[in-house]
Amino acid sequence: MAHAAAAARAPERGLDVYTQKVGMWVFLCSEVMFFAGLIGSYVILRFGASDSWGQPGEVLNVPVTAVNTFILICSSVTMVKAFAAAEADDQKGIKLYLFLTFLMGAMFLGIQAYEYTELILHGEWQGSHGFTPQAGLYGATFFTMTGFHGFHVFLGVVCLGWAFKRSLAGEWGPKNTHGLEVLGLYWHFVDLVWIILFTIVYLI
Amino acid sequence: MSEAGSHSAEAGDAGHGHEAPKYMLIWVYLLVLTLAEVGVAFLGIPKWIIVTSLLIMAVWKALLVALYYMHLKWEPKRLRILVVAPLPAVAIMIIVIMMEYV
Repeated sequence: MAHAAAAARAPERGLDVYTQKVGMWVFLCSEVMFFAGLIGSYVILRFGASDSWGQPGEVLNVPVTAVNTFILICSSVTMVKAFAAAEADDQKGIKLYLFLTFLMGAMFLGIQAYEYTELILHGEWQGSHGFTPQAGLYGATFFTMTGFHGFHVFLGVVCLGWAFKRSLAGEWGPKNTHGLEVLGLYWHFVDLVWIILFTIVYLI
Repeated sequence: MSEAGSHSAEAGDAGHGHEAPKYMLIWVYLLVLTLAEVGVAFLGIPKWIIVTSLLIMAVWKALLVALYYMHLKWEPKRLRILVVAPLPAVAIMIIVIMMEYV
């Protein structure tokens, strides 16, 4: 009797979500701690030496970065639309939205590269020409934080290129959405981190 | 946000068992908040008001992305517990750091 009852019991379901998604979330939890470490160091350095920081717009180009923020937010929408298209088996939509997400991720990196170039070549900070990673605490923390974020975007763009290539072969669909959802989680997290960084690095 | 408030929080995999979230509406929220942030940053009001309102808007935007685009709103409670698990550690770190200056 006891054996029969045990056999009839549903298998252990754990977190009720598939393994890859749990894995991505655990990874993202570690990423939260990574960026919290960077932001924590930034807070302690900035409060300790507030004279070493410029006012919003003094050194950094806020309008250009606001456009970049806009692009990244739009890419989050197209990513989630690609996932919704996969669930609806809309093959054309999957390809279109993945391509748009890939394109906007690449545009973000391009604009960031332009921003870095302009800052390094033409930036002015505390009387010296060129705002570089060596430009005191301000320059060091700025390039470290935005650089690590940009590296995350770069990895996301590479994965998006791979996902788009697979979409051309029609590999995504209602029966195969997990890869897109997990990639989407990463991509939205990168967007989420940028939302925080844009606020504390550029606007405060 | 209320349009999705009636969804079951205990639905299984995201995207199943609930209506399609209003992705475009959330996008509009995010854009409006971003514009508001840029506007507030350049207002000639006391710095502490600017900083407080900017932080509130940033957390608000982050929550919108996590709840709607990352589907946390519809994930099982156990996954949501897993996701918020590192946040107390972050809070402790930030509070301890800030105590250096109080």
